[in-house]
Amino acid sequence: MALHLPSPRNTSPSMTLRPFFWRKLQNGLVQTFSIIALALAIGAMLWILGTIFSRGGEVLSWDFLTNSSKPYGVPGNGIANALLGTLMITVTAAVIAIPIALAAGIGLSEFAKQSRFANLMRFCINVMMGIPSILIGLFVYMLWVVPQKSFSGFAGALALAILMIPVITRTTEDMLRMVSDHLREAALALGCSRWEMIVQVVCKSARNGLVSGILLAVARVAGETAPLLFTALFADTWPRDFFTHPTANIPVLITETTTNSPFEAMHQVGWGAALVITLIVLIINIVAKTCFREQKR
Amino acid sequence: MNTVNNMTNPKIKVRNLSFYYENGHQALFNNDLDIREHAITAVIGPSGCGKSTHLRTYNRIYSLHRGQRAEGEIWLDGINILAPETDLLLLRRRVGMIFQRPTPFPMSVFENVAYPLRLHFKMNKREVADRVEQALRDASLWEEVKDTLHKSGQALSGGQQQRLCIARAIVTEPEVLLLDEPTSAIDPVATLKIEDLLLRLKERFTIVIVTHNMQQAARISDVTAFFYKGHIVETGETKQVFTTPKQKQTEEYITGRFG
Repeated sequence: MALHLPSPRNTSPSMTLRPFFWRKLQNGLVQTFSIIALALAIGAMLWILGTIFSRGGEVLSWDFLTNSSKPYGVPGNGIANALLGTLMITVTAAVIAIPIALAAGIGLSEFAKQSRFANLMRFCINVMMGIPSILIGLFVYMLWVVPQKSFSGFAGALALAILMIPVITRTTEDMLRMVSDHLREAALALGCSRWEMIVQVVCKSARNGLVSGILLAVARVAGETAPLLFTALFADTWPRDFFTHPTANIPVLITETTTNSPFEAMHQVGWGAALVITLIVLIINIVAKTCFREQKR
Repeated sequence: MNTVNNMTNPKIKVRNLSFYYENGHQALFNNDLDIREHAITAVIGPSGCGKSTHLRTYNRIYSLHRGQRAEGEIWLDGINILAPETDLLLLRRRVGMIFQRPTPFPMSVFENVAYPLRLHFKMNKREVADRVEQALRDASLWEEVKDTLHKSGQALSGGQQQRLCIARAIVTEPEVLLLDEPTSAIDPVATLKIEDLLLRLKERFTIVIVTHNMQQAARISDVTAFFYKGHIVETGETKQVFTTPKQKQTEEYITGRFG
């Protein structure tokens, strides 16, 4: 390609211009490639969502949401018990994890800061976030299920809580660090104690970000399957004995109905359950994003 | 050299103050300064000369940051501010501070001012409301916000936010007000409002203001201290410092030859 523009007058003769052609080609190639990659990623997501919505939509009905799950052949199959079980397990996990994780996040951001101890803790948290969730399930199985001699919904909640703690700790620390030191100094200068400053000014300032972090963690663990296989297991009954008996939940219901049964009717229940858990996670994610956007403003 | 340091009964007496940052960098060198009661003392000097650092020792706000330390003595009515046993919460109730950037809390206008009151005093609602109103009036903000007290303090304009911070600082009736370049982030009209306000407030408070704006120092202060590279080069009556400076560096700075 010829050079269309005259070369600038003030360039000295020793400065040769690089040919535009290759730079433009390079730019075009990279742009095209990233757009294709983006389309692939979104395409995969839409494909998955589309399949879940169309297959799951076929079985979704009021009865499906309000009936308890049943073995193959019994009419009126549903997922209500699993829905309730998932709700109980997730809420219990959140109740256990949130205070611990918030305290840890506050500790890292406000007290430990850049000390060696804090950096070690951050490293451990990163490692914890990378541990495969099935190992967390095994861990709780050995420390809780085996001594208790029983699977239970509570054991499932423990496993999910362990998964949530590092996630919430990280987001809490990040959100608190986004609060400017000017605000901290202003609070201290008024005569706040450190604790009053943290709770009444810093946390209040980061409130939406903290809520958003918690919701994202809840959304992440709500669909976790592996840690529940060793802990909550599954049951066709309503979750009446949360602390002592296997407890129905949506993710394990999906594995049970789709991989452990040869019957199409059971597979359909699995698709319906998949649609329900997808919608739940999607809604929590959207609420969390909205919270976070508020925070950034 | 320091005629001002011979004043009788200063509100704050700084003696031999040195300051070090966490990396060992020394920012202040043996500062001696007397702060006159019910007067405005201006601290001037080029950027990075330690004027803010100096001010930040008066309420020990620097202690938020690990590794920063001050040496020497700062006497407030016979209490050594730098002594380890000095109660920081009490100190900061007596010595209020306004920062360069306005720092309204994420609360309503009313709650921003009520917050320090509730922090330090047991008070019924009526009295809180009265004192909040009075502080907002003192800060020349009441007329602008009296109908929107419930709105977020962070939604005000920059100049209004800064006056809100002044109201918040004076509502607990401290004895000393520290201002760290309080008008450098706001527009000239709002700046004049705040200067008027400070001239009125000096009847009730002892005011120390750090400013890089020499006209501002000349307009409002009674006493001026000129800082250079962590040293106090000259202190004196503002009129004297600006018209007949004793030190060559002061003269060069004031006439705009550097800084």
